[in-house]
Amino acid sequence: MVAVMAAVTFLLRALPFLVFHKETPPYISFLGKVLPPAIIGMLVIYCLKDVDVFRAPYGLPELIAGLSVVGLQAWKRNSLVSILAGTVIYMVLIRTVF
Amino acid sequence: MAGYIVLGTGFGILLRSAGYGLPWAFAMSAFIFAGSMQYVGVGLLSGGASLLTTALTTFMVNARHLFYSISMVDRYKDAGRYKPYLIFALTDETYSLLCDGHAPDQAEADRYRFFVSLFNQCYWVTGSVLGSLLGAVLPFSTAGIEFSMTALFIASFTEHWLSTRDHIPALTGLIGTLLCLIAFGLERFLIPAMLLITFVLSLFGRRKGAAS
Repeated sequence: MVAVMAAVTFLLRALPFLVFHKETPPYISFLGKVLPPAIIGMLVIYCLKDVDVFRAPYGLPELIAGLSVVGLQAWKRNSLVSILAGTVIYMVLIRTVF
Repeated sequence: MAGYIVLGTGFGILLRSAGYGLPWAFAMSAFIFAGSMQYVGVGLLSGGASLLTTALTTFMVNARHLFYSISMVDRYKDAGRYKPYLIFALTDETYSLLCDGHAPDQAEADRYRFFVSLFNQCYWVTGSVLGSLLGAVLPFSTAGIEFSMTALFIASFTEHWLSTRDHIPALTGLIGTLLCLIAFGLERFLIPAMLLITFVLSLFGRRKGAAS
């Protein structure tokens, strides 16, 4: 399983070097520009897919911790601080409040 | 750099809490070397996913690396013996360091990039090993540590959002995935989401191209 993950990851990284060794088609460059933020958005949803908003605690720990990450990131622009603080807030919330 | 140590530590702890010890942490960080994918990989391992699901999920989560590589095709062109490792080590972090970091003069550029990549991986492996050891001895429960992955993507999403005025890609990603989650259910939404996102963004791109 680890080998499969390693192989697919490497293939993805290597493929463009094999295919586009002359010049990159405009459509591919375009995708290269717009896809990253979209995929990150997709992964945010992926991470939150198991949250049940219809049953207590209605996803509130995720919402509060998630908003803290957004707020901290907008304020400090330091991913490390945002991630650490958000995770700690989440861990505290699920232990004490919810 | 500090980021890699901390995220690696988080990964090591998470992997340990899923029941996989030091050799796993080391092997994954040494051979896969893909931050977010390894977090997702913990879930795959402990959930007993099939090899096919593993391959597909890896493809989806890491498909963005295609685009990192695409934008590096020109830069890595003459990297010679460094090239295979440079390609292997082209993670999100390495990419963000190398795509706007100024390399010294051309002759030194490839060596510079090689060492940036190599040091990045060293920090990542060190962090993972540290986390794995720490996870074994921590006196308190690590429940909730998995939120570090969510936080990682939310922070990255926010950063992308703040750095551009064109929010269509980001919104397409969020909304498109949400729609697919509702339409296709928990198990099968990633692949449709990926296709929908690519399709919608291509449409927007075409309209913009026609307008300008």
